[in-house]
Amino acid sequence: MASTLDQLVDKVRENRIWRSIFRSGTGQSNLHKSLVVQQNVFLHLFSIKARKRTLEFRATWYLGALTFGTFAILVITGVLLMLYYHPSVPQAYADMKDLQYVVSSGVFLRNLHRWSAHAMVFLVFTHMFKVFYRGAYRTPREFNWVVGVILLLVTLLLSYTGYLLPWDQLAYWAVTVGSNIASAVPLMGAKIRFLMLGGTAVNANALLRFYVLHCVILPLFAILFIAVHFWRIRKDGGIYAGDHSSEVSS
Amino acid sequence: MPEGAKSKPVPDRPEEMGRRQFFVKIGAGSIAAAALGTAAFSYEYLSPNVLYEPSPIVDAGKPDHYPPDSVTLDPQTAIYVVRTAEGFFALSAICTHLGCLTAYKSDLGMIACPCHGSKFNRDGVKIEGPAPRPLPWLRMWMSDEGNLMVDRSQAVAIKQLVRI
Repeated sequence: MASTLDQLVDKVRENRIWRSIFRSGTGQSNLHKSLVVQQNVFLHLFSIKARKRTLEFRATWYLGALTFGTFAILVITGVLLMLYYHPSVPQAYADMKDLQYVVSSGVFLRNLHRWSAHAMVFLVFTHMFKVFYRGAYRTPREFNWVVGVILLLVTLLLSYTGYLLPWDQLAYWAVTVGSNIASAVPLMGAKIRFLMLGGTAVNANALLRFYVLHCVILPLFAILFIAVHFWRIRKDGGIYAGDHSSEVSS
Repeated sequence: MPEGAKSKPVPDRPEEMGRRQFFVKIGAGSIAAAALGTAAFSYEYLSPNVLYEPSPIVDAGKPDHYPPDSVTLDPQTAIYVVRTAEGFFALSAICTHLGCLTAYKSDLGMIACPCHGSKFNRDGVKIEGPAPRPLPWLRMWMSDEGNLMVDRSQAVAIKQLVRI
């Protein structure tokens, strides 16, 4: 049974169309396994080899991978929520309520988006603490720590901009308070608040700006820096194995 | 090899820039100018010139709608109309801490903010909490039709009462 399944998989992988897409072909040799990673546009960000102990649970608790998992869920559910959501006053609130009570599976998708957002913020912080207490931020990984801090800020901004979109009392007053905190910046605080809200109060312009930031600008920044973050793991000699002295830089 | 064959001829004025350097400088200069222009354009584009926001001038209605010795909040316009024995004045209902809408607690006789617990008396003076300034008094006048008018954009330093 298992062998016939393997034969079928091999047959598919030797198929001409398959081979035209995935050039690495079949085979169990180290070369083939390397080529699978190296010749794939997404996987080539990662190293073709990893130390076994860096893949164990205790090395990372898989916090980075879990964070990326929540981000993937947020992108998928977020795009689906956009199909029913109008970023206008007062339609936004009604659309949010429709998603909860009228749209099939709407409440599931909205709650999945909401809980994943909370989980992502939590996981980003735990990932950061894990990296910090393991000392994995040290040379040669100091730049990737900086990229991580940028990703933390992008995550918090995504969280904050998403908070306004339900357009309920909680959202309205939270963003009123948040934008007034921004206006406490010396000299240009009032101007920052004005640009952020597109006006002098949390209103239709603010909702539209937060929507565009939340759905387009910030996710693009996040994807860009996530790509750099992953690629730098390979460039900095793989995931920190814990033994600082035996490292080779590549 | 003779000495002179390898070395290039020394330019007459070594401080003079070459053609390539000149064009590099021109190119870099234009890119810098374009970047500055783009920044200025972006800033202008992101600052709306027309705001479709409610007018700062509020018609608060006839004075006799307000009972004597009362503090009345209009949550839509975020102003208090205070009627004392001597006359009327208007107070902003926006907390000076982080912009939440305050509420008048008639049982305590004070104005309280739900967000971070600032409390003010009915003259807007802070009693406790994180608010850095008192609630501002707003310019109030009587219209020709006999309505109380308030300009939310104009805080008044001198506390004047509108008498009727």
